[in-house]
Amino acid sequence: MKRTLTCIECPKGCRLEIECDGARVTRVGGNKCPRGDAYARQETEAPMRTLTTCVLTRGLELRMLPVRTSGPIPKGRLPEAMEAVKRVVVTSPVKAGSVVARDFLGLGVDLVACRRLNAL
Amino acid sequence: MAAALAARGAGVKDVLLLERDRHLGGILNQCIHPGFGLHHFKEELTGPEYADRFVRRVEADPGIEVSPRSFVVRLTPDRELSYLRPGALEEVRAGAVILATGCRERTREMIPIPGSRPAGVYPAGLAQKMVNIEGWIPGREAVIVGSGDIGLIMARRMALEGVKVRAVVEIQDRSRGLARNVVQCLEDFGIPLHLRHRVSAIRGRDRVESVDVARVDADLRDVPGSAFSIPCDTVLVSVGLIPENELLEAAGGAIDPATNGPAAPAVNLTSLPGVFACGNAFKVYDLADSVTRDSELAGRLAAGYLGAGA
Repeated sequence: MKRTLTCIECPKGCRLEIECDGARVTRVGGNKCPRGDAYARQETEAPMRTLTTCVLTRGLELRMLPVRTSGPIPKGRLPEAMEAVKRVVVTSPVKAGSVVARDFLGLGVDLVACRRLNAL
Repeated sequence: MAAALAARGAGVKDVLLLERDRHLGGILNQCIHPGFGLHHFKEELTGPEYADRFVRRVEADPGIEVSPRSFVVRLTPDRELSYLRPGALEEVRAGAVILATGCRERTREMIPIPGSRPAGVYPAGLAQKMVNIEGWIPGREAVIVGSGDIGLIMARRMALEGVKVRAVVEIQDRSRGLARNVVQCLEDFGIPLHLRHRVSAIRGRDRVESVDVARVDADLRDVPGSAFSIPCDTVLVSVGLIPENELLEAAGGAIDPATNGPAAPAVNLTSLPGVFACGNAFKVYDLADSVTRDSELAGRLAAGYLGAGA
């Protein structure tokens, strides 16, 4: 089976031509770099996304703290992750990279702060 | 920040960085999505992370004085500046000035959308600030006008926050945003993209109740009988950006009326000697990494003008 995908690894947005046998990728074309090949295989077999969102704070300079998962998580679990994020409140000062929730949802990635926020 | 650091690197001894906000970083602070830094840092960062890299370098440089909550109200052709900061009106004379004032959003009033004037119509970038900085969700069911990157990014952001994004409506036959954003912001969330369509009316009394959407022909005129209605309580308008150059204009610098950028023979220059403009104030860029690259050039140009290091 053949399918085409637009690579989302960088702003070039290569058109990837993928040949697969069931869920297994047999050939990737159209990619201008090795990241496209890896993306095509991952996206076909088990799509992953890095989640970026904001969490509430209390007693810090800004009301919202931008956070991200330290690595990609299964795309299908994004809604569940957003529900869990709503229950997080950060009350201590953070720096970019500070861990806000360790092993988030048991997915093997942390939720980390994307910026510094000092106490109010 | 990139211009300040590059000027320092080129031998300028004394840099004053005036920032209107409490924090450095500008628009990057509300751009919480990834996609920044692939060129400059060779890794993918979010906007706040990208800004943070520069903030730390700026703070570590004793030759850069940062003045936050400082709003520049006047610039003269001989580079005198007046700025307001809490409790004081300051005057300063600079050897060279670099304007890094960014850009502003085009608003609903700048494109023809007939209909009433209910609450619930926001420029997409303002909605982005509300959601990501202030923690407010502007509505429950949204239609997005324009498919530039900000519109696409906000479609995903609102969908993640539980808002039903009914549609993105684009008058041209292709998205003006990056292909990757069409995929990861719309297709991932099943948000329809109506190309060659326009919002022909916004309806509602106190609050937006629906929008009318019509297909357009090659001359961008409505195709009769093609209109349909989409119920929604929120409309985000993402229809382009305009370089912000009020200070330059007030100082007598020449402005290109077509773009609102400085009328200049080369990138980062203005018609005033010793006054430079960089980043989105000079022209609207697609990528923050390109803003950094050209802003560093502006820093070096200013250093050259001052004869620094010579």
